[in-house]
Amino acid sequence: MSNFPPEHEIHRRRFSRNLGVGLALMAFVALVFALTVVKVTQGDMMHANDHESITGAPVIVPAAPSGSAP
Amino acid sequence: MAGGRQDRQPAACRELIRRHATTGGPDRGAFVAHNRPSEDPTDPSEGKADMTDIRSFENTPEAGFGDYVQLLKPRVMSLVVFTALVGLLVAPVSLHPVVAFSAVLFIALGAGASGALNMWWDADIDRVMRRTQSRPVPSGRIEAGEALAVGLALSGISVVMLALATNILAGALLAFTIFFYAVVYSMWLKRSTPQNIVIGGAAGAFPPMIGWVAATGSVSLEAVLMFALIFMWTPPHFWALALFMKSDYEAAGVPMLTVTHGRKSTRRHILIYTILLAPVAVWAALSQIGGPVTLAVTLALNAWFLIGAFRIWKRDEVQAEADGYATEKAFFRFSLIYLFLHFAVFLLEAALKTQGIGGW
Repeated sequence: MSNFPPEHEIHRRRFSRNLGVGLALMAFVALVFALTVVKVTQGDMMHANDHESITGAPVIVPAAPSGSAP
Repeated sequence: MAGGRQDRQPAACRELIRRHATTGGPDRGAFVAHNRPSEDPTDPSEGKADMTDIRSFENTPEAGFGDYVQLLKPRVMSLVVFTALVGLLVAPVSLHPVVAFSAVLFIALGAGASGALNMWWDADIDRVMRRTQSRPVPSGRIEAGEALAVGLALSGISVVMLALATNILAGALLAFTIFFYAVVYSMWLKRSTPQNIVIGGAAGAFPPMIGWVAATGSVSLEAVLMFALIFMWTPPHFWALALFMKSDYEAAGVPMLTVTHGRKSTRRHILIYTILLAPVAVWAALSQIGGPVTLAVTLALNAWFLIGAFRIWKRDEVQAEADGYATEKAFFRFSLIYLFLHFAVFLLEAALKTQGIGGW
């Protein structure tokens, strides 16, 4: 592809660039994995939203007939 | 591929220099013609200098990884890392170490991205100023378009990742910071007003606030005070630099206060901003992130900074020339120590608080 004969200096620089990008990408993958582990293990326990509202306040159950109040 | 790059680079660089000489105004044009004889068609030494230029391009055909790191302005990044880390650690909410590390990393990456965007936009200025001539874009190791691509890509990655790792507000603040530095400061204010430093300082002041927001999820008084501290500190810091770097800014056509309003006015501005800075610093020391130790250090630092500013204000150019701008250089060096110690003592106070001492 190249019209130039291989040149040591160019190859050295190109290798440094490829190595750097490769290592940076691997570090990024590792970081996202670590973040995922932390987020999943640290998150609040999840359960079906059947007895609590999102704010944690108890869900209002249907009011009892007004006549029964003391 | 390599052949294409080699053919393109000198042409791209010539184009930049040509644009510079034809559109940069009379002063900049004159400077380019004077300092770069190879680009002036009327210069008798054209042939010889041209060869020198081409040879210098042939020696730097491929950028190494380090050149891309240089594009992110690692020295500015180190200050961003430090202030963002302090903002994050002094916040009343503690983050998981992995999340905290990610937050600081992506704030730093965002700062690096705005640095790359700045290098893309300011390549013509950087080419003229001695201090910046060896940067990757003006020296021809990286094309301006590549700097733009790196800047945009890293901006997107850093903003999205910070928002995912911490919260949306932190990500939004980082996005705003990048926009502010690249567009408001670099593209708009830097070349149009001598107050460029004042408003541009806001971009550098955001990192501790983003760190705080990453931890707490909201902006509070303490975050604003840390922002204000850097914001008010930036003008005296840079104007002191401009006092002893005069010729460079003038040659690049950047409207520094020293060029537009004169050096006497700049000295007065340094004093005024330093006086305005002191109450901000004391207020921060009296806030929730401060304490007795912080207050003591703050009072000492600000007293010394005020004395320095007062000395600069009292001097004139004759005195400054006589001792090689010793007072201005000392003030500039101290300004770096000033900011570092301020944030270091916030951190110390937070550490003392965990031991039950320190804090108000």
